[in-house]
Amino acid sequence: MKQTLLLSRRTAKEVLRDPLTIFFGLGFPLVVLGLLSAIQANVPAEVPVKSAFSPELLVPGITVFGLSFMTLFAALLVSRDRCSALLLRLYTTPLRPAHYIFGYLLPMVPIALVQTALCYGFGLILGLPWKGAILTAILLNLPAALVFISLGLLCGSLLNDKQVGGICGALLTNLSAWLSGIWFDVALVGGFFETVAKVLPFYHAVELQRAAYAGTLADALPHLWIVLAWAAALTIAAVWAFLHQMKKN
Amino acid sequence: MNAIETKQLTKKYKDLTAVNGLDLEVREGELFALLGVNGAGKTTTIKMLSGLTRPTSGDALLLGKSVVTEPEAVKRLIAVSPQETAVAPKLSVAENLELMARISGADRSEAARRIDALCEQLSLDQVRRKAAGKLSGGWQRRLSIAMALILEPKILFLDEPTLGLDVLARAELWELIRGLKKDMTVILTTHYMEEAEALSDRIGVMGGGKLLRVGTAEELKEAAGAATLEEAFIRIAKEVRK
Repeated sequence: MKQTLLLSRRTAKEVLRDPLTIFFGLGFPLVVLGLLSAIQANVPAEVPVKSAFSPELLVPGITVFGLSFMTLFAALLVSRDRCSALLLRLYTTPLRPAHYIFGYLLPMVPIALVQTALCYGFGLILGLPWKGAILTAILLNLPAALVFISLGLLCGSLLNDKQVGGICGALLTNLSAWLSGIWFDVALVGGFFETVAKVLPFYHAVELQRAAYAGTLADALPHLWIVLAWAAALTIAAVWAFLHQMKKN
Repeated sequence: MNAIETKQLTKKYKDLTAVNGLDLEVREGELFALLGVNGAGKTTTIKMLSGLTRPTSGDALLLGKSVVTEPEAVKRLIAVSPQETAVAPKLSVAENLELMARISGADRSEAARRIDALCEQLSLDQVRRKAAGKLSGGWQRRLSIAMALILEPKILFLDEPTLGLDVLARAELWELIRGLKKDMTVILTTHYMEEAEALSDRIGVMGGGKLLRVGTAEELKEAAGAATLEEAFIRIAKEVRK
């Protein structure tokens, strides 16, 4: 446990001392939230896009969008530690595989929750009605946070830092955003796009947040199970990939 | 007691035999350099000795502990300074050292004592609070070695410790490495012949996964009938291709 905490503290310092983390992880989702709220305020009432950008739908969606940067941070850290041979150095100490895995995973969870809380806090300033359900919604973003963090550990274990920048920084953040239904209803596109969106966890993470904020937990549950299943599958895949690269080293 | 004793140490990767029946003895307190062209088997040997890779057959004893049956005990005896700088870039010099010390089991006050001692020994005091990622190449190498030394190892593996450094930084590191000899056994891998000659008590030349020759620099030159260590190394290394 002590060893895990030591590595966790180090992970948190590395992530929080990176100005890019502060900008993309905390600042960028708030900027997007502010811009879209401003657009919504200027869109005539009869235009349907207004409802998609209404704070009740937009803010919960942005909390999930923000989490996609957790993938980038986790992946960059792991891949840089691999490429710089810091992990190799640590492998020659008596640390065990669980220490590394939890050392990367655990500190990202509170960072993700703080990010979610900040999004809701900024949303309140922009006109999101206050509800006690916000606290439940923040907690219910945990499975989605685990999805994105595990995806980061998985990518960091398999890719080098340049590949991580392209795949997690550009491709994944865009893909997860488009397929999540944050900006538009995926049913409007329909067909294959909608099918893919509903198989992947991003859409369900957003719907889970929206239902949690609305306080309709019965509507949240079907999405919660799907996100939990993805979180479990991706965590297992991430652990496998990490152990695989560890053995390869 | 020998610090390292390998017995028919072998590592095979599918069809490739990276290390083939290596028998090597390194004495306690010795600075032993391992030389070889790329693919000679040096890195695989170091990986097996440091518990990163399990041998396919054979064994190695480090101060009497087997890498096959007691890898955890071996890990408590050794430290590795990899070829890459291997530092946590956003952590300060002191934080990097503290991380390694605490991982090895030192409590906070013991870690602080070791950090103070090492910063003085390696002249790291002036950069103690600087982020490791902001240091020059020479300082990063120095920190990298300090991160290995803070584990207080009995056997230290230095992989290409001066690779890419300028002449001045290299000379400073040589001085540092010479100073380590009295406290621990050092295994050095390098491509620089002058480095091996200047620092080592004995040199082992590897080629094709085997140990081709072992001896002092003078012994190797004499055996190969060469004037310089580089010439001797080339002649010995070429033997394996014949």
